[in-house]
Amino acid sequence: MIPQGPKLGNHPSRFRLEGTPVITVMLGSMATALPVVVSSPVMPPFGLLLLLSWRLLRPELWQAWIALPLGLFDDVMSGQPLGSAMFLWTITLIGIDSTERQLYWRDYWQDWLIAAAAIIFCLSGGLLFARLTGGGGTMMLIAPQILWSVLLYPFVARQCAWLDRWRIMA
Amino acid sequence: MARPPSRRPGQNRKAQYSLFASYVVAVTGALAGLLLIIIAMFDPTGFAAIRSAGAEITRPASSGLKELVSGIGTVDERIAAFYRAGSQNVSLRRQVDINRTRLIEAAAIEQENVRLKKLLKLVEEEKDEVATARLISSSSSSTRRLARLNAGRSQGAYPGMPVRAPEGLIGRIYTAGPNTSDVLLLTDSSNVVPVRRSTDNIAGISTGADDGSLQIKSLSAGRNPFKPGDILVTSGTGGLYQPNIPVAIVVRIAGDDAVAVPLASPARVEMVMVQRPFEESLARSPGTSKQQSTGRQPAAPVALPPATAPNSANTAPATSADNAVSVAQ
Repeated sequence: MIPQGPKLGNHPSRFRLEGTPVITVMLGSMATALPVVVSSPVMPPFGLLLLLSWRLLRPELWQAWIALPLGLFDDVMSGQPLGSAMFLWTITLIGIDSTERQLYWRDYWQDWLIAAAAIIFCLSGGLLFARLTGGGGTMMLIAPQILWSVLLYPFVARQCAWLDRWRIMA
Repeated sequence: MARPPSRRPGQNRKAQYSLFASYVVAVTGALAGLLLIIIAMFDPTGFAAIRSAGAEITRPASSGLKELVSGIGTVDERIAAFYRAGSQNVSLRRQVDINRTRLIEAAAIEQENVRLKKLLKLVEEEKDEVATARLISSSSSSTRRLARLNAGRSQGAYPGMPVRAPEGLIGRIYTAGPNTSDVLLLTDSSNVVPVRRSTDNIAGISTGADDGSLQIKSLSAGRNPFKPGDILVTSGTGGLYQPNIPVAIVVRIAGDDAVAVPLASPARVEMVMVQRPFEESLARSPGTSKQQSTGRQPAAPVALPPATAPNSANTAPATSADNAVSVAQ
């Protein structure tokens, strides 16, 4: 379904332009509030997937510091030690910024590759921080989660693009 | 596709400074995050207030959704039960006949038990249940195994209290907020429970394996005494968990350890009960629960001699044996 076109003379509100991406990432982080009680980490990190989608879709939208408040919110929701996503997400965004200077041509496949690297970095970093603060687990435990998070990225990115059309149309 | 527009602001000084400042903010923030983690290494349940604020916000949604979906998890069972109704009826009738006899025997034994306890002048401690609530969500994207309980300090649930379901032990409360609390599940690797085999008094230590199973270490030296099919119950050692709560069933043997599966699955239980620590004098008080959560030792390694623990007298042989072993450790 394609969103309705802009009406003549209308402009989307500032809240809609800037708030939509932030709110969607926060809603993604809140996926852990769903009434699912699981015995191993199976749910993909929707907050991270949405953050990467928006960042790769709209490079000019955010500065790297946006990951600080969003990461903090994700930590509050996810059960990871506070500061974990705050650190990992910010480093990821800074990393994406510097990769963009290196890459000359960008394609759908490069975006997916960047997102996959970011997902692997964030999930294994999260495992490391959980281990440091009293938890346990091995890479084998999060391997399935990494796999389907990477596979889910194109779908999430597509939904983001659809939402983006709605966002910029009044 | 060409690369997206460069962020380099060109010759504009103001834009250059603002870009530089944004990176300074980001890097400083990332370092602050790292600092928070270093603090959490020494105090894992610190900042619990921030997290429980988040939990309070999502509580109405989670508990509302939970009530909607609580029936879905068992739909497959209901369908299977419908198809097997006839044959099941016959076998259940047979079972009822056998159980009736056993029930009569059990009633007799219970009477005898009461009489013997009177002889020993033991006071049966009442089962102190603090609260009954639902598990409404969990840390489903993290490697920590925490479940969120729909009861908190205002319902009397404090950190360190054991949580159980009718089917068996679930875990213990890790952090508590006003109306929600986080339960450290049995399967988290920082949750250590002293157990014993239900049929005899072979003691062991159960540690979570983070993947839904438990590792059972035997406390007796030499050959691994456990075998698949053994039912493990809490031993009451350490004073946190009441003795004889069902914990897990051994599924296979892996070298010196046994691998077991919890009897109560947090995903399927309807309601859980928050209990008071078994012997508050032995278990550490709720205020110091952060030590419990970091300790790699048994949940409460305060193995006092049984003489100071009058309540454990009803399981005296088991408890004293366990204590002796934990002291030897």
